[in-house]
Amino acid sequence: MKSKRTAKPVFFVIVALILALTYLAFFGVENYYGDTRQVYFKGASDIRWGIDISGGVEAVFSPDKEGVKITDDDMDAAKSIIETRLVNNNITDYEVYTDTANHQIIVRFPWAAGESDFDAQKAVQELGETALLTFCDGTTQDTVLLSGAKHIQSAQAGVDEQGGYVVYLNFTAEGKSLFATATANRVGKTISIWMDDTMISAPTVQNAITDGQAYINGMESAEAAKELADKINAGSLPFALTADDSKLQIISPSLGSDALDVMVIAGAIAFALVCIIMILRYRLNGVVASISLLGQLAGSIACISGFFGNTSSFTLTVPGIAGIILSVGVGVDCNVIASERIRDEFAKGKTIDGAIDSGFKNSLSAVIDGNVTVVIVALVLMGAFGTPDSLIAKLFSPLMALFGTSITGSIYSFGYTLLVGVVFNLLMGILASKYMLKSVSQLKFLRKPWLYGGKKNG
Amino acid sequence: MAKKMIDFNKNFKKIVIVYLAIFLVGVVLALVLGVKLDINFKGGARITYAYTGEVAEKDVQSALGDVIKEKYTVTKSTSIAGDTKTISLNLVGNKGISTKVQEDITKKLTEKFKDNKIELYDSNSVSPTIAGSFFLKSLVAVVIAAAFVVLYVGVRFRKIGGVSAGMTALVALVFDVLITFFVCVFFRLQIDSNYIAVVLTILGYSLNDTIVTFDRVRENRKLYPEDDLAESVNKSINMTLIRNVITSVTTFVAVLTVVGVAEIFGLTTLRTFGIPMAFGIVSGSISSLCIAGPLWVIWQNKKSKKKAR
Repeated sequence: MKSKRTAKPVFFVIVALILALTYLAFFGVENYYGDTRQVYFKGASDIRWGIDISGGVEAVFSPDKEGVKITDDDMDAAKSIIETRLVNNNITDYEVYTDTANHQIIVRFPWAAGESDFDAQKAVQELGETALLTFCDGTTQDTVLLSGAKHIQSAQAGVDEQGGYVVYLNFTAEGKSLFATATANRVGKTISIWMDDTMISAPTVQNAITDGQAYINGMESAEAAKELADKINAGSLPFALTADDSKLQIISPSLGSDALDVMVIAGAIAFALVCIIMILRYRLNGVVASISLLGQLAGSIACISGFFGNTSSFTLTVPGIAGIILSVGVGVDCNVIASERIRDEFAKGKTIDGAIDSGFKNSLSAVIDGNVTVVIVALVLMGAFGTPDSLIAKLFSPLMALFGTSITGSIYSFGYTLLVGVVFNLLMGILASKYMLKSVSQLKFLRKPWLYGGKKNG
Repeated sequence: MAKKMIDFNKNFKKIVIVYLAIFLVGVVLALVLGVKLDINFKGGARITYAYTGEVAEKDVQSALGDVIKEKYTVTKSTSIAGDTKTISLNLVGNKGISTKVQEDITKKLTEKFKDNKIELYDSNSVSPTIAGSFFLKSLVAVVIAAAFVVLYVGVRFRKIGGVSAGMTALVALVFDVLITFFVCVFFRLQIDSNYIAVVLTILGYSLNDTIVTFDRVRENRKLYPEDDLAESVNKSINMTLIRNVITSVTTFVAVLTVVGVAEIFGLTTLRTFGIPMAFGIVSGSISSLCIAGPLWVIWQNKKSKKKAR
């Protein structure tokens, strides 16, 4: 069986694409209009670094209300909501401590990436907001019709028929019947929607709404709609929390600011060593594997920084970087399996084209099965330790609901890094490597079996 | 294919005995030395002092050497509102620390840093940030992930009795995770969130290794149906041996580089990540080769004997 040949330029096209991705992922593209910085593609410097690398903010929250009895459960609930709010913003490196005796919650979170004018006070204030969504009669908050998670199940940002930004709401069973009665009784009258003390919408009821769905229109932008939806989904605090301004502190990086440089050096050495091992053992296949590995690394970095100007970056800590370097070591596995197979094929007496073809074909099932299991592990972790309203969490909710929420940003981001690593590993290890090798083997001066794992004078 | 083959089935018992011996030593060590847990799991205390001038974290730690027995961390901060500089200590403990210990700390620091006007700024006893519910959830997550993996392997490897292959892969995995745990006990490393990341990585890594081997078994059963099961598995393990060694070496080198470079520059936080990881990787390879395959042969042979009866 003659295999289809891959054209010679394919190799150079793939290499150029990988180099372009690598450049963008590490350096980004930005432009300055006067003092405003417009980011088109985010580079590695736009990654939000963890507290260990760049330091951050520490705030001490205490409940607003005086004399109200606060239970330990309330404190736990408040802590879990603060964690949800942090993870919703992809701030996955944080420390939240509760001091139940003094009714204090201590929150530490890292600086936002690249923002020297980062307004810590505003960020802290937002964390402490009650974020209670209420539906009220008329345009005052005197008569509350529906309120909070008891009545409103979930929210979702979207666009309506006119192209306006809206937030869709789903009611709970109780909320649905309450809303149906409320709207039926108030046709032609106004119902107002409030987020804490701010009225965000005051529509006039056209007719009774009985299907348990409503939306808030007139949102300023897609971001504003998403922010509101996230806020509703994260849930409301049992009480408003205020941060004591005198205790608001800037924390210095716990590992010293050179920790990042150390990790970059470590990463570069590890990458070089892995490439050397691959090239020594697999020659040209090893060169191709090294290029693929670079692509995988760049892809992972891009997914962590968010890559596109308007997506928020995940938080990367020193152990996180160590994890990425580890993935460099594991990442060559696809190439190792395929290259060993190619050697086997040469031993059976195949030609260069035949050996490369069968080598990749025979290794496919092992590579896919091995990686799918890792994808399963990654998805379960993201579902279990991410915010409960994420898509993956909903997928596993029948299983996970039994064990309460336990949001852990570090594990969630670990799952995410693992997932994007595997996806790029498959993309690079299976597709890019295969076509690069097939195409480069068409070059005349490289048509020597020993370069691919065959005998020296075969 | 006339190369010398190692008989993995024959060595199965020896390997299992070695593992069990390591576990036994590990359990004894864990009971004698105890297991170190991070503040995240146990809760503890947080004491903050205001100071003026310059105070180095190192000096604080050396000053408190004989006052605080538990592990603690030191963080430096400056307040946003005023110019107050603070230094806070995070201590591990089951409850908050006693007032006596706190007084001792305050005394020691004021003595040591006479010119820095050390003053008690704030003191909290904090509940664990990662409490029992986290452990429970981790366990549930691992069990769910394992169940899905066995299911997937069961479907993909149904031709060679998939569920049993999945189960033996899990046994190999349990061995690897136990090894990483005992490594922490042996090297007196803290069980912290780094360790959780190690367990999860080894989970994926070890499974991948085992699956590559079983993939060969699946292929060889089809190609050489006349081979006896033990022979077929042994042949497959030998065929994937080089791949296994190379991937382990590249991974091992990557981890070692990270920990090595970090240590040279004085970054010790990666110890709890790198050391158990390095051992886990080695164990991951050994267990996939020497335990998963041979155990599966024993399982399958028992099953066919039952059928024969």
